[in-house]
Amino acid sequence: MKKDIILSTKGIGKYFYEPVKFKAIDDISFEAYKGEFLTLVGKSGCGKSTLLYCLSTMDTAYEGQLYIGNELITGKKTDELAAIRNRSIGFVFQFHYLLPEFSCLKNVMIPAQKLGKYSYAEIEERAYQKLEALGLKDQALKPASKLSGGQQQRVSIARALINDPDIIMGDEPTGNLDSKNTAIVFDIFKQIAHEYGQTIIAVTHDTDFAKASDRTIELADGKIISHDLKFE
Amino acid sequence: MKKESINVEIARTHIRTRRKQTIVAALGVTIGLSMYIFSSSLMSGFSKYSKTEMAKTIAHVKVYKEDQISKPLYNYADSGMVLISNPRTVTESKNINDPYTLLDKIRQQKYVTYAAPQVNVDMFYNNGESQLKGIGSGVIIADADAMFNIQSTMLAGNLQAIATNLDAVIIGKGVAEKMNVGLDDNITISSSQGIVKVMKIAGIFTTGNKSIDESKCYIHISTAQQFLKKGATYITEIYANIIDDDKSIYYANQLQQLTEYKVEGWETTYADTLSGDKIRSIMGAIIPTVILLVAGFGIYNILNMTIIQKMNDIAILKATGFAGKDIIRIFVMEAVIMGIIGTGLGLGIGAGLIKVLQHVWVGGPSGYFPIYYKLSVFVSAAIMGMVITVGAGFFPALKASRVDPVDIFRK
Ligand SMILES: Nc1ncnc2c1ncn2[C@@H]1O[C@H](COP(=O)(O)OP(=O)(O)OP(=O)(O)O)[C@@H](O)[C@H]1O
Ligand SMILES: [Mg+2]
Repeated sequence: MKKDIILSTKGIGKYFYEPVKFKAIDDISFEAYKGEFLTLVGKSGCGKSTLLYCLSTMDTAYEGQLYIGNELITGKKTDELAAIRNRSIGFVFQFHYLLPEFSCLKNVMIPAQKLGKYSYAEIEERAYQKLEALGLKDQALKPASKLSGGQQQRVSIARALINDPDIIMGDEPTGNLDSKNTAIVFDIFKQIAHEYGQTIIAVTHDTDFAKASDRTIELADGKIISHDLKFE
Repeated sequence: MKKESINVEIARTHIRTRRKQTIVAALGVTIGLSMYIFSSSLMSGFSKYSKTEMAKTIAHVKVYKEDQISKPLYNYADSGMVLISNPRTVTESKNINDPYTLLDKIRQQKYVTYAAPQVNVDMFYNNGESQLKGIGSGVIIADADAMFNIQSTMLAGNLQAIATNLDAVIIGKGVAEKMNVGLDDNITISSSQGIVKVMKIAGIFTTGNKSIDESKCYIHISTAQQFLKKGATYITEIYANIIDDDKSIYYANQLQQLTEYKVEGWETTYADTLSGDKIRSIMGAIIPTVILLVAGFGIYNILNMTIIQKMNDIAILKATGFAGKDIIRIFVMEAVIMGIIGTGLGLGIGAGLIKVLQHVWVGGPSGYFPIYYKLSVFVSAAIMGMVITVGAGFFPALKASRVDPVDIFRK
């Protein structure tokens, strides 16, 4: 089977200057494929989050190059990057980060309204579908702040999926969840990758979670030490 | 139905979920604006009142012969010599040549409502020992009354007496008091040309202006000419009223093209008094402007606070694809909403205050409180309200647009 590259990096490195100059990630080169469920692991402080923010296009202060599809992302203006994120990247964070004043439905709809590809009615319809797929249809009209942690996390996954992005990124998306909710999120990710061909790149501390993903990249001291970690 | 932009929707939700702060911010603008409207309208009402009061008793435009400065008889400039001489005003005759032709020409102008000739005489009132310096206005009373509405200033007597009676005089209230004379008494009047007449007091008037009341009298124009030992064509001034007393300077310039004599609008003559009005209205605008600026700071503060509390939301919006300019739009929109609420209420309350005051009776010659709705005041208030709120919103919004989502998510 031929694997299509959806995201790749060439020699990405990043320095922090406070409190002292320090290279948090160094010479990161890897490829992520279409429909792949990829996990990033490593000890605390090894640079997983730092790398993910570079991949997310939100952090632009790095060296090396980032490509999404065949497009060079590095060096683009912030407004272009915002549009790329809106269209092609979905995020799921450890903390749920929903907009508290809005209903769950609205939280899911907002990125689609920003994209403006569909009519309002279509967006609403799609948002309901995503929520339904995540078992949250009956919670749709509740304010986001009134949901449990696991439910909120699923709402944020629905939000990440609303624009059918090529890539979904997560920084410890299950870090705050119990084992039952972790399992739910895991199944959703697997389904997204394998049934819909979207790529998942998730940072995790959870060995079981990583073990069950398609491929695991391991970092240590800001460097990749394994592209395809095998768990014993 | 066209769906509103998502930026507006977010802004509206922020406003709706923080009603209290919004209202506090808006009220600052409301108070500032209503004060501004109120005091500007008050000032312009007072100015207008005092202006109309002034315009009542003086002519809008005056034509007279200007004092001339003496010129050297010989022009030494070409010969290279320097002549040092004392320039003096040459008091030739103050007469306007051929005044009735000029008067007719002035009367033919579309914008002139009335025009009347006048002869002014410097004079002394005498009654036994006491003597008072004064000025007599020789008038054709029908014309003068049409122009200056003298009838409305009459306290006693009959204005028409001086229409035909060359020995009748209408004196100011102050003259009557100082000379201790009353209606139908006789008063001796002398001019600097040495003419002395005993005249009958046919009426007493008051303008409300003490120095005028203590010096002025009206006499028949021929009487004035007699006092000056001049003939019937001797006219010192032609007064004209025009359709718009606010444009006296403009129309004076128009009339100036008809004659070589000096034409002066009343707004030029009384520039000093009018500039007092101007200073008063500037002072009146300063306090509300300060209040508005404070209100601007209020909005600035509240938006700043909102932004600090909403760092997470801003980071999420940016992560999900909102650009910096979208964030600016959202928060400026919030300021605009606060501004619209504040400005709307401010205009309403300002208008209400005017309405209330318009029904306050102050008595005296002014009657009701002289305060009016003036469109320009409301327009400038609305513009000011919006400029200040948008200005106050812009800087916090700019700050919000610069929030780095990575900084927020790293915490
Ligand atoms: N804003 C920052 N300024 C300076 N140093 C930083 C900053 N953010 C991270 N670092 C440093 O960079 C290194 C990598 O941090 P990073 O957050 O990427 O680690 P991580 O692998 O995500 O760790 P964890 O598993 O604990 O989340 C750490 O040594 C950290 O101290
Ligand atoms: Mg981390």
